[in-house]
Amino acid sequence: MTPLDTTLGAPTTSAIVFFLLIVALTLVVTYWAARRTRSTSEFYAAGRTVGAFQNGLALAGDYMSAASFLGIAGLVALRGYDGMIYATGWLVGWPALMFLIAEPVRNLGKFTFADVVAFRLRQVPVRIAAACGGILTVLFYTIAQMVGAGNLIMLMFGAPYEWAVAGVGAVMLAYVLFGGMIATTWVQIIKAVLLLFGVTLLTGLVLAQYSFSLTGLYSAVAGRYGSAALEPGGLIANPVEAISLGLALMLGLLGLPHILMRFYTVPDARAARASVLYATGFIGYFYLIIPIVGFGASALVGRELIAKVDAGGNMAAPLVAELLGGTAFLGFIAAVAFATILAVVAGLTLAGASALSHDIFLHVIRRGRATDGEEVRVARLATIVFGVLAVLLGILFKGQNVAFMVGLAFAIACSANFPPLLLSITWRRFNTAGAVAAISTGAALSVILIVLSPTVWVELFHFSAPVFPLRNPAIISMPCAFLAGAIASLATREPEAEAKFDDEKLRTYLGVGAE
Amino acid sequence: MTNTPGARQLLASDAFRRLVTRRWRVSLFLSLCLFVLYYGYILLIALNRPLLAIRIAESTPIGIPIGAAVIVGSWALTAAYIVWANREFDPEAKRLRDTLTTDR
Repeated sequence: MTPLDTTLGAPTTSAIVFFLLIVALTLVVTYWAARRTRSTSEFYAAGRTVGAFQNGLALAGDYMSAASFLGIAGLVALRGYDGMIYATGWLVGWPALMFLIAEPVRNLGKFTFADVVAFRLRQVPVRIAAACGGILTVLFYTIAQMVGAGNLIMLMFGAPYEWAVAGVGAVMLAYVLFGGMIATTWVQIIKAVLLLFGVTLLTGLVLAQYSFSLTGLYSAVAGRYGSAALEPGGLIANPVEAISLGLALMLGLLGLPHILMRFYTVPDARAARASVLYATGFIGYFYLIIPIVGFGASALVGRELIAKVDAGGNMAAPLVAELLGGTAFLGFIAAVAFATILAVVAGLTLAGASALSHDIFLHVIRRGRATDGEEVRVARLATIVFGVLAVLLGILFKGQNVAFMVGLAFAIACSANFPPLLLSITWRRFNTAGAVAAISTGAALSVILIVLSPTVWVELFHFSAPVFPLRNPAIISMPCAFLAGAIASLATREPEAEAKFDDEKLRTYLGVGAE
Repeated sequence: MTNTPGARQLLASDAFRRLVTRRWRVSLFLSLCLFVLYYGYILLIALNRPLLAIRIAESTPIGIPIGAAVIVGSWALTAAYIVWANREFDPEAKRLRDTLTTDR
């Protein structure tokens, strides 16, 4: 293979055509959805009429970000097997989500995960705490996505960073504002299908170079970069670090508000359960084939060129797409990457907005008393607030290294959101004090320990040594949150919460009274 | 709804308690399998790197199929839970729910 002249960085006709087609299609869907979005149940939960298979695709769409598509392919291309280890970590949360909380969350909640935590507790303190945990998670995740979006679009289309971020914000806002969860769901489905199709095609093109023999591909990689490329490298040098990251990735999924929210779009717990199996299938398939694209990029394009275009390797998949499928296919892959960003940010915005409107406005400010129409109006207002905030933060963090923010989002999700969810579902004695203690301990410890970690303290603030040695604090912050929740619950009594636990049990396990 | 005598009777019944206990036993067993599968893989990499470099074909080390097996295994555990829940849990949950409505 000869080194190629890449059209990356310049807007080609095919890229623009595919890009416009995708935006047009999703806006048509939004227009259709907008006419079906009137009540809160339609705005937040698509009227609970989404099928299990569709929700499985939409869950996959929410979860497979540009970071996992371009990032993992790049990691495999530049660092070989380590990228595969990383990919497995992103999948193993799904079975845990199914075994531990998917069905109870579906049965107990209405629109947000805070519904579940607050089910039998005092509304005001628990809603405030849970909404803070949820919003922090969503916000850090969104900043990482927005900065990634700006950089990617700059890299692929040559568009100015600020315009790219504002453009993503505007299109995404249109989906959520007008089409609510119905439009967001269909955008996720379209994106998931396009992404799975695009990556499958790319994998096929790579394997065709080696007459569909994986061994042939691995031999080519080993021939070019030595057998070390196919063996574990430096990613897991420290087992404690690896386990802490693994915990955050696995159990953080169980506290991601935009994922949990999707369970309210299906009619019942049985459908919620089935949708997790579909999602796990799609995401697992995606993580199985994405390393093939990465290895293909390193064997066919070469690590030197990939790293020259983008030091993080993010352009490995687009480069190999251009080499094997020409400019038209590159345009398609670039448009798919763009759709991926749009869909993920839309899901995050809807989750952030519903924490503001459903948890804070309805349950804290209005103490549960507001008409459906009022709540929808406030939800739309909250969408605008969150969307504008996302764009501004995206621009504010231009040029910053925000990779740690995804880790931070997962750390807060598994330390602040997951413990109170699990405790409120399973432990009769869990009460308001316990919930507030668990959430605040988990959130505060995650943020403080990440600031003191090598990622921020050394690499961002340039101190010589980190105060806290681990890059991901989950192994400390999550157990501490559980402990704080247990101690505070045992130290106080809330007979009402205990009495309501029975109420909760019939609903949790049998779905009696579930919405 | 849960204040009806039927609901209280159902909550106190052996059948309901058995169902809840069984649900968590299955969940925790599968979670344990998942932990062993994933953290076993991570610890294997951390502690016995040379093992993963053993060649199974001309240049394919065994680490690659092992990584793929973690992904496929995770999916299989999820499928196992669905099969159990659809075959065992749902019919019993429905039976118990029905006792509640016929009571009234």
